[in-house]
Amino acid sequence: MKLKALLMGAVAAMAIAPVAHAERGSDGEVKIIYWQAPSIMNPYLSGGTKDIEAASLVVEPLARFNEKGALVPYLVDEIPTVENGGVAADLTSITWKLKEGLKWSDGTPVTSADAKFTAEYCMAPDGGCAQSAKFDGVESVETPDERTIVVNFTGPKPVPYAAFVGAQSPLIQAAQFKDCLGAKAQECTDANFGPIGTGPFVVTDFKPNDVITMKANDNYRDPAKPAFATLTFKGGGDAASAGRAVLETGEYDYAWNLQLAPDVIAKMAEGGKGTPISGFGTLVERIEMNMTDPSPDLPEGERATAKHPHPILSDERVRRALSMAIDRTLLVEIGYGQAGRPTCNLVPAPELFASDNTDCIAQDVEGAKALLDEAGWTVGADGIREKDGKKFKLLYQTSTNAVRQDFQALIKQWWADIGVETELKNIDGSVFFGGDPASPDTFQKFYADVEMYANNFDGTDPEQYLGQYTCEKAPKPSSQWQGENINRFCDPAYDELVAELGKTGEISKRAEIAKKLNDMLTKDSMTIVPLVDRGRVSAHSNSLGGVVLNTWDSEIWNAADWYRIK
Amino acid sequence: MTDTPLEPVAKDTSARSQWWDVWDQFKTHKGALFGAAVFLFIVLAVTLGPLVWTIEPTFIDIRARNSGPSLAHPFGTDQLGRDIMARMMAGGQVSIAVGLTAMAISVLLGTLIGVVSGFFRRLDGVLMGLTDLFLALPLLPLLLVMVMLFRETLSRSFGPEMGTFILIVSAIGITSWMQTARIVRGEVLALKEREFVLAARSIGTPSRRMILRHILPNVLSPIMVSATLGIATAIITESALSFLGLGFPPDFPTWGRLLFDAIDYLQQYPERVFWPGLAISLTVLSVNYIGDGLRDALDPRIRGR
Amino acid sequence: MLTFTFRRLLLAIPTLVLISLIIFLLLDLAPGDPLANQPLSIPPEVRQKMRDALGLDAPAYIRYLLWAKQFFWVEPLVFVDWVIGTNFSEGMQRIVSWQFRSPVFDIIIQRIPQTLWVVGLAYLVGVLIALPIGIISAYKQYSWFDQIGTFVSMIGFSVPPFFSGVLMIVFFAIMLPWFPSIYDTTLVVNDFESFGQQIRQMTLPVMVLALQTTAQLSRFMRASMLDNLNHDYVRTARAKGMTEKVVLLVHVLRNSMIPVVTVIALGVPSIFGGAIITEQIFKVNGLGQLLITAIYANDLPMVQTLAFIFAVLIVLCNLIADVLYGLLDPRIRYD
Repeated sequence: MKLKALLMGAVAAMAIAPVAHAERGSDGEVKIIYWQAPSIMNPYLSGGTKDIEAASLVVEPLARFNEKGALVPYLVDEIPTVENGGVAADLTSITWKLKEGLKWSDGTPVTSADAKFTAEYCMAPDGGCAQSAKFDGVESVETPDERTIVVNFTGPKPVPYAAFVGAQSPLIQAAQFKDCLGAKAQECTDANFGPIGTGPFVVTDFKPNDVITMKANDNYRDPAKPAFATLTFKGGGDAASAGRAVLETGEYDYAWNLQLAPDVIAKMAEGGKGTPISGFGTLVERIEMNMTDPSPDLPEGERATAKHPHPILSDERVRRALSMAIDRTLLVEIGYGQAGRPTCNLVPAPELFASDNTDCIAQDVEGAKALLDEAGWTVGADGIREKDGKKFKLLYQTSTNAVRQDFQALIKQWWADIGVETELKNIDGSVFFGGDPASPDTFQKFYADVEMYANNFDGTDPEQYLGQYTCEKAPKPSSQWQGENINRFCDPAYDELVAELGKTGEISKRAEIAKKLNDMLTKDSMTIVPLVDRGRVSAHSNSLGGVVLNTWDSEIWNAADWYRIK
Repeated sequence: MTDTPLEPVAKDTSARSQWWDVWDQFKTHKGALFGAAVFLFIVLAVTLGPLVWTIEPTFIDIRARNSGPSLAHPFGTDQLGRDIMARMMAGGQVSIAVGLTAMAISVLLGTLIGVVSGFFRRLDGVLMGLTDLFLALPLLPLLLVMVMLFRETLSRSFGPEMGTFILIVSAIGITSWMQTARIVRGEVLALKEREFVLAARSIGTPSRRMILRHILPNVLSPIMVSATLGIATAIITESALSFLGLGFPPDFPTWGRLLFDAIDYLQQYPERVFWPGLAISLTVLSVNYIGDGLRDALDPRIRGR
Repeated sequence: MLTFTFRRLLLAIPTLVLISLIIFLLLDLAPGDPLANQPLSIPPEVRQKMRDALGLDAPAYIRYLLWAKQFFWVEPLVFVDWVIGTNFSEGMQRIVSWQFRSPVFDIIIQRIPQTLWVVGLAYLVGVLIALPIGIISAYKQYSWFDQIGTFVSMIGFSVPPFFSGVLMIVFFAIMLPWFPSIYDTTLVVNDFESFGQQIRQMTLPVMVLALQTTAQLSRFMRASMLDNLNHDYVRTARAKGMTEKVVLLVHVLRNSMIPVVTVIALGVPSIFGGAIITEQIFKVNGLGQLLITAIYANDLPMVQTLAFIFAVLIVLCNLIADVLYGLLDPRIRYD
């Protein structure tokens, strides 16, 4: 409650504060702290949030998503659409028109050749570009004149806003990166640490995994911005100490992603030096049900593959009962507070794509018990259900994280109430989310019955995200355990619908299909049991004005508009 | 060894063994007695306590979460409403067992390697090379590999809990013996050239006897110090392992884990850090005093006085 | 002694090569993926391409030989170039970190100042405090000083830095805003004021680290002194009429130093290994933080290089300890 009050206060303060835009560099220094330290300033070589967001202060895309998830033009004057003729009627090309007089921070003009080069850079075969998915289906980039960029696609592209859109896919300067194509990309240390950009700041010193110092870009397109002359971007430590530095000691102005229990944040906010802020995106904490048998008795190579369906969880009623036993509202209250909402959807946002599925929110222990009885699982002598001599016992794994371990403990107890015994396991994130095929503990290998983690999608269109659950994307030994269909969910009807989504252009039809796909995974089959729609909590000092938390793009997307409240 | 006073032997008959002397001396050491009493109290509290205080340490009473000390929960409850006293007891069993066993493994291994390396010159190079190697290996990847290779095998042969226990104590033991080995070796190198050892060697005492009777008793005090410090390290290391997912399941309380989990709540609920912190410190302190007493009691030069 | 030192140095070379190989094999075997910290929204095909670009698909022995060549040949050449301004190393591939795509040695050098300032100084302070405490505690065994010393050092040792560090911040940065909670690695010390700032930002981490060193070392010092205080030679020295000061600080201390020297020598390499937890809490971002983030990110070239430098220091320091044994007790012979 306290947190809520504070948040309201912050909104009010922001509305009242005078928007006193003086001149560039008049407000001195701003200090940002990220508890994960940026290791590189080139988003094409690292997709880590910390790296992308640090780079977003320097390099910019043609268009960004704003805090509501809508596209806003940045280096262009307007967003191309079919209506204004920017997108070809057959959806096979998109034409962007650069703003007039744009300059790189070194004073040279930004031209369409830079965009063409950026695409070449990311699409070079040996470059190991982290964002090459953004350039999927791009056939060529043409430059009819200095300011016009035409992106041609290999086929109709219903959503053409991937390349050059969002913090993941900014424009880089051709002159600076010209010798860094392909395998050479790894060797251009100076360019990777200090890219020349169009953003409000330029790098003066980059200490990887430690601290970045920046100063205002003299050639920034708005002569009055940024208000700050210098910027310090410190990395490292943990969420708690970052929170303390902004909320309690006031040493820093902005702290990123405070993944802390709500009452801990509320207590810190009592320090009075800063304000926590939150926003929601598409990140959903969920339990994934393993549709295959992870038993260690199976030979290696058959374990957790489609060859052996899961002995317990293959029954849809069982999965549903497990979901019904969970009180999502309580989970949110304990783990996330204002930064979480109970959800039953895999795609919780944008509104257009979110299914109106709320059945799972109310906990129903009796219903769950009845469902398990119906499925033939009867309560045994020790209070644990059994069927045909087999005990209802699950292994529940997740990555190491204080909130996740609390969730595990709570859910274990709820499942115990319906007669299910749960063994808990936590694995360090660097192993769990690593794709090492030799490790038994990766989330792809899924050598457990259920597992919990969070995932989201870039931008606002869930096509690729929902496309992860087709049959052939299941991780298996022959694919070196790579694949995104973690549950090994396989339904031909689903695959067909995904293919249809890829061909549909009309936005309302797309939304309809996406909702249907979402429901097939969640409320119809209970393969994925969403728990919490997780927001982002960050904090800014009370003297820092102009902060608008954005979960659809870089969180510090509008640093150019920040100013010091005097 | 050479200057053991003769009077006690004259007074007592052979029925009185050396260990009685040790005990007599130990009894006169107030700190040691006090330490032993505290240690015994802690061990009894964590082993017999759960018989009296029957709340399950993993039971979640969500309505009672974050409550302060009360009759129902003398130490209060944590963020999920689990009883901290029950968790302290359950955690103590594990932490003390892990601390003592891992320390024993590490000290035994360290002493063995140190004595052998210092005493037999031919083995010195190889064994100290091995020590350098273990000191140099990055700990975390080493543990990850050990867990990856042995977890399934161990939990299959000893059951999941015992398997994890064996894995953790051997992981801690195997990665922490090097300091003891180096210290013991340094002492042995010096002792080896002392007159009484040379004398013993000149009358043809076999190596085994030399080590057990002449060398070991004289390197006892650094070993004792290593052992006391080792317990503290083992208890803390265990929590780090579990935190990384290399140890016990996440809902399994141990003192190290309770302390770690309470840090975030340091400002709101300082008592939550207090209990595990106190328990670890008291255990280490009491073992330290017991060690002090034992060392004095085992030293014939002091015992005689 | 000189021939011994020389022989041991020669012997150290094959040992170190073997150690580097074992470290490499261990890292190769350890589960993990350099792309673990990349978001899940990056599809598997792209991940595979990124892995290929890092050279992960080459067989293990080739990657080891490449690293060995870079470490023992290219990097020394780069150093030579830097010192005398030649360009022998031009066009040669240096050891490049997977996280930063930058030569690992550049980053290691960047990290050394703050590590030495904080961890090195803390070690020095710890040793300087521990020795007198240990000596006095032993000389006045069971006195008040000894009891308090024991109590404080045991508490100090059983309280892990992840707790004592946060406690310090809460007391001395939040409740009493005397010291900063975040270490500023960009601070340039060039006048009196910035020097004061440097002292202030070092105080808390140095305190936390020195507590650990002091606790451990004073225990060893005390135990070793106690062992020696009862020896015949002490009685003899006293009987000869030497002052207590001479007896204690010349005769007993010298003979008690062997275990203490061992412990001190073991601790010196760990200065360069950094203090992982304390560095994280105060965001000192020294070598310890570099190592731990590299391990989490599975940045194998970085971990391998750091671990190997660490190994060299360990072998050297232990060798120094062995030489010191001989100086402290001339009876010790190695040949």
